[in-house]
Amino acid sequence: MRRLIYIIPLLVLLGVGAASIVQMKSGVPANELPSVLIDRPVPDFTLAAIKGQEVGFSSEDLKGQVTLVNLFGSWCLACLIEHPFLMRVKEQNLVPIFGLDWREKTPDAGPRWLEKWGNPYTRIGDDPDSKGAISLGVTGAPESFIVDKKGIIRYKHIGPITPDVWDETLWPIIQKLKQERPEQ
Amino acid sequence: MKKIFSVFAFMLLVLSFSVPAGAIEPDEILSDPALETRAREVSKQLRCVVCQNQSIDDSNADLARDMRLLVRDRILAGDSNQNVLDYMVDSYGDYVLLNPPFKTSTALLWLGPIIIFVLGFVAVGFYFRRRPDENITNTLNQTPLGDDERAKLEREFSAPSNDDDNNKGNSK
Repeated sequence: MRRLIYIIPLLVLLGVGAASIVQMKSGVPANELPSVLIDRPVPDFTLAAIKGQEVGFSSEDLKGQVTLVNLFGSWCLACLIEHPFLMRVKEQNLVPIFGLDWREKTPDAGPRWLEKWGNPYTRIGDDPDSKGAISLGVTGAPESFIVDKKGIIRYKHIGPITPDVWDETLWPIIQKLKQERPEQ
Repeated sequence: MKKIFSVFAFMLLVLSFSVPAGAIEPDEILSDPALETRAREVSKQLRCVVCQNQSIDDSNADLARDMRLLVRDRILAGDSNQNVLDYMVDSYGDYVLLNPPFKTSTALLWLGPIIIFVLGFVAVGFYFRRRPDENITNTLNQTPLGDDERAKLEREFSAPSNDDDNNKGNSK
């Protein structure tokens, strides 16, 4: 009877194996940490305008409407992948997009990129020294945040926004938040 | 030969007093050495979030550099070391600290090794204690010798050595 104790390591191993299979099947990437900023107000930041534009943007500008905050850079290849899609969001007037132009090597790089590919942004803040990016807990570009009418971050998406991500995740959240009252 | 040795010894001596410089570029260093020391101290506790396991003090990633500069900005603005760490934790969570703080969500992380050690210790203890215990209980649980057994035993022990062959045969 006591011999049964030797089965325990095998059972533990099977348990660990089963847990990892469940984790893999669930489709949630294990290395993706939930942002601590979810359900918290957008951190305070004020970013200058990029070259050739009048206004930058600050976290205050995000209050009063549902917004999509998108971090991009002209050096960022994945940003170019999502860019046509952001242009469509702008053309169809689905949600205002506020851009953080992150870590441009020269002041011309961002404006030139936008001129070449189009500008989907309502407002753009220049973030050459990552002050805005760090306050948003960003680790790479592109990253996007959905901010509700009260200026509270409700969702964070890491990586390019694909039509699938938009249809299945971002757009339903935005639609729901648009129905919330600004003051609650 | 002796000269080479002394040069080598000198080099070792110099190296042993040197401090690793980290990834800081000269233009990042604050002019006030006391504040710079504090900035280094804080930087060493902050994880480079785009690297695997490096502090921002060690990493030459772009984002690590910007974080180092931000640390220095905030120290210059009058933040305490803890204020700076708190600011980073607000954006990145506890993950940004190389030493995760002890709280309910990290209790298993900190106590896990101790728990495993204690369990192992208990298991080993049980393993070694069981044997003498068994012997004692076995002895106590044995039924007492019957009369014929006792008589036989006495016969064996008291038997003179001239009965050697018989003795061997019976004892087995």
